[in-house]
Amino acid sequence: MGLMSRTSAVVRAWYSKLLDRAEDPAVTLDYSYERQLELLQNVKKGIADVVTAKKRLELQTKKLETELPKLDEQARQALAANREDLARAALERKAFAQQQLQSLDQQIDDLAAQQEKLTDSEKRLSAKVEAFRTQKETIKAQYSAAEAQVKIGEAATGIGEEMADTGLAIQRAQDKTEQMQARAAAVDELVDSGTLEDYTSSGTQLDRELAQVSAQSQVDADLERLKGELAGGEQKELEKETK
Amino acid sequence: MIVRVMGEGQFRLGDDAVGRLNELDERAQEALDRDDEGELDRYLDEMAALVRRDGERLAGDDLSPSDAIVPPSDMTLAETKTFFSEQGLIPDVSP
Repeated sequence: MGLMSRTSAVVRAWYSKLLDRAEDPAVTLDYSYERQLELLQNVKKGIADVVTAKKRLELQTKKLETELPKLDEQARQALAANREDLARAALERKAFAQQQLQSLDQQIDDLAAQQEKLTDSEKRLSAKVEAFRTQKETIKAQYSAAEAQVKIGEAATGIGEEMADTGLAIQRAQDKTEQMQARAAAVDELVDSGTLEDYTSSGTQLDRELAQVSAQSQVDADLERLKGELAGGEQKELEKETK
Repeated sequence: MIVRVMGEGQFRLGDDAVGRLNELDERAQEALDRDDEGELDRYLDEMAALVRRDGERLAGDDLSPSDAIVPPSDMTLAETKTFFSEQGLIPDVSP
C-alpha cells in the first residue's frame, strides 16, 4: 500500500470517528454541519493568531534595528577612549543582534506562508460548507432515511476530507506559531535585560563600562567646551579693555 | 480520478498522470521505510507538483470525495510516522 492510500485511510478513519457519534442520517448531517461551522471558526481564529504572532515578530525586528546604530555608537565611543575591549564587546552584541534579525526575517516569512495557507483553507472549507448546507436540506426533504444514508455518504466523505485537511492545517500553524512565540519571548527578554549577547553576566558589566566611557567622553567634551568659553570670555574682556 | 493534495485542494487527473503519480508514491513509501526524510519530502513535493501541473483544479464547492490523497511534505519523519499511526496527527474536532 502506497502513502496515498494510507493517507486516504487516515482521513477516512478520522471522519468516521467524528460521525460515529450520530446514528440517524438526519442527525449525522446536522452534526457534521455543526462541526464544519466550528472548524470554520477555528480556522479564522488560527489566522488571527498567526497574524498576531507575525506582528509581534515585526515589532521585535524594529526594536532590534534601532539597537544596531546604538551599539555602533557605543563601539565608536569605546574606541575613542582607547578601550578596544569594550568596542569589541559592543560589536559582538551588534553581530548577535544581526543574527537575530536574520532569523526573525525567516520566521516572519514562515508565518506569512502559514497565514496564506490557512486563508486558502478557509476559502475552500467555506465554499464546501455552503454547498453541503444546501445539499443537506435537499437530502432531508426528498429522501427516506434509508436512501438518505446512501446519498449522505458521498457528500459527507467529500467534506470530511476537507475538514481533516483544514484541521491538520490549523494544528500545523498553531505548532509553528507557538514555537515562534516562545522564541520571540526569549529574544524579548534578552533585549529588555540589555544582555543581547550570550555571556549574560558580563552584559551588565559591559553596560557599566560603556556608560563610564560614554560619561568620560561627555565630561571631556564638556571640559573642552567650558575651556573654550572661558578663553572666549577672556578674549572679550581683553577686547573691552583695549577699547 | 480525483486527487487531493493536502493543504492545497482537489484536482482531476488523467490516467497517464495517475500512472506517474503511483510510481512516485511507491518511491515515497520506500523512502519512508528507509527513514530517509530528504528523499521522502522530495518525492512528496514532486507528487504535489505533478498533480498541480497536470491536474485540473476542482471547483471550491465540489463535494466529491477524492480517490487518492497526497500527504503534506512539510512534516518531520517523526510527524509523518505519527500521522500514519493509530494516534494520528489530525486533531479531534468533536466537542
